[in-house]
Amino acid sequence: MSFDWYPLWNSLRIAAISCVLVFFLGIFFAYYAAKLPRLVKGILDVILTLPMVLPPTVCGYFLLLIFGVKRPLGMFLMQFGIKFVMTWYGGILAAAVVAFPLMYRTARGAFESFDQTLAYSGQTLGLSNAYIFWRIRMPACRQGILAGTVLAFARALGEYGATSMLIGYTPGRTATISTTVYQLWRINDEAGALFWVLINLAISTVVLLTVNMLESRQKKAVAK
Amino acid sequence: MSLIVDIRKQLGSFLMDVQLTAERGITCLLGASGCGKSMTLKCIAGIEKPDSGRIELDGRVLYDSEAGIHLPPQARKVGYLFQNYALFPNMTVRQNILCGLCRERNPEEKKRRLEEVLRLLQLEELGERKPNQLSGGQQQRVALARILVNDPQLLLLDEPFSALDGHLRDSLKIELRDLLARYDHTVLMVTHDRNEAYNMSQSTAVMHQGRLLSCKPTKTLFADPGSVQAAVMTGCKNIAPAERVDEHTVYVPDWGVRLSSRDPIREGLTAVGIRAHYFNPGAPQNRFPVVYVQEMEEPFETILQFRYAAQTADSPPIWWRLSKEKRPQSFPEELGVSPANILLLYD
Repeated sequence: MSFDWYPLWNSLRIAAISCVLVFFLGIFFAYYAAKLPRLVKGILDVILTLPMVLPPTVCGYFLLLIFGVKRPLGMFLMQFGIKFVMTWYGGILAAAVVAFPLMYRTARGAFESFDQTLAYSGQTLGLSNAYIFWRIRMPACRQGILAGTVLAFARALGEYGATSMLIGYTPGRTATISTTVYQLWRINDEAGALFWVLINLAISTVVLLTVNMLESRQKKAVAK
Repeated sequence: MSLIVDIRKQLGSFLMDVQLTAERGITCLLGASGCGKSMTLKCIAGIEKPDSGRIELDGRVLYDSEAGIHLPPQARKVGYLFQNYALFPNMTVRQNILCGLCRERNPEEKKRRLEEVLRLLQLEELGERKPNQLSGGQQQRVALARILVNDPQLLLLDEPFSALDGHLRDSLKIELRDLLARYDHTVLMVTHDRNEAYNMSQSTAVMHQGRLLSCKPTKTLFADPGSVQAAVMTGCKNIAPAERVDEHTVYVPDWGVRLSSRDPIREGLTAVGIRAHYFNPGAPQNRFPVVYVQEMEEPFETILQFRYAAQTADSPPIWWRLSKEKRPQSFPEELGVSPANILLLYD
């Protein structure tokens, strides 16, 4: 029997897809939350940040409350063949919910420090709002956006609590690196657990090195 | 070729209420910071929305609260030079200026106009630089180039010289004035600096707490500000409450003097002003005994402070400013003022 690489593949696709989702959702909410009236903004901010401070198992509990197969929304989605419980793509949902606040908050911080007169002058010159957003605002905020994306990816990759609540651990179906580490350790397969720990360590190191490289390249580009 | 503004907007503690008509040439809004001048420009550009009113430019309605018209900034064709120039930091000088040419569809025409404006503003050498590699004056030129290629029907300048070092300011004023002389539309400039207003504009409106006090030809405004706030903003240092006595005489209780004026005094006069430069030990009229208080030296001028002999104790000393070589050896016993230099202020 060949070695089961499934947890690596599953973890990477869950982290990558949820990271893309969280990238757009985080930016969307960060951008529009800034325009809301203060009271609404305060309430929304609390709701959107809660998953960061709640224990991930509590997030998982809430996800089960909403998407559980006997809940209204869960039953509704079942009619379309979509089931978030005990499926690999349920992991995307769990990872996205937990990673979202990291993206949202760093993007919001970046947007708040953006010099609004740049957007205004673009508007008076006749540039479209979409052009201003993607070609002026985003590049000016890229440092914060990039940092948020990396944090969200790392968090999604390491997600355990909500994932194990929502999708459990089924080898070859829902197993991720972090749930595999726990399972192998639980059954006293210390060598197996250590192997996956090292894999995880390697991925995290590569991610962080990439970020540092991007940052220093950016600094050089500015200095040029 | 005219701009007609009639807008109201609640700004924190006060109401901004601006009625203004500006013709071709440079009109200046002169006011202390926080008086609503920049907000006025933002409303005209469409960045901010007034609570009510109407804005019309060369017959085009940009904003009309009753008709429900509020054009987005993109559709107004109004150029806005920001205080910090607002160059896009991630783009080169060329790319920045190309943003101003975003309405031009023909690529060859685009290139031609880009090269033309680079030449006109002497930016050819700087085309590939990023904004953070430019001096303040160069940044201003790039920002102007970006606005001028955009062919705006109205140009708004928000404190155009405040981000520059003092020694650069005067040469850039001349540069900008000459450049704007070729621009055949209305220019509205905001400043808190009376010298800039005097140097640059044909007419000036004084703004105080959201209201426009008077809009006059700039030289007329400085010669006859007409109101206390306008006198303060045009740099008059000596202002005191006054009572009309007859057509050419006014009594100033704080200073304990009766002054005669050249211009007839209307009913409703509330104060008089005397500019610090206009005292003269040799003048025979409005001549009163004075007492020396203190002085302060500047590189080329001296500021002397004195009190009239009959001045009340709680009114501030009076400023007299003169060039150093004209400073008398001993402080004069009496000082006079020509009746033409008594500013009559109504509120």
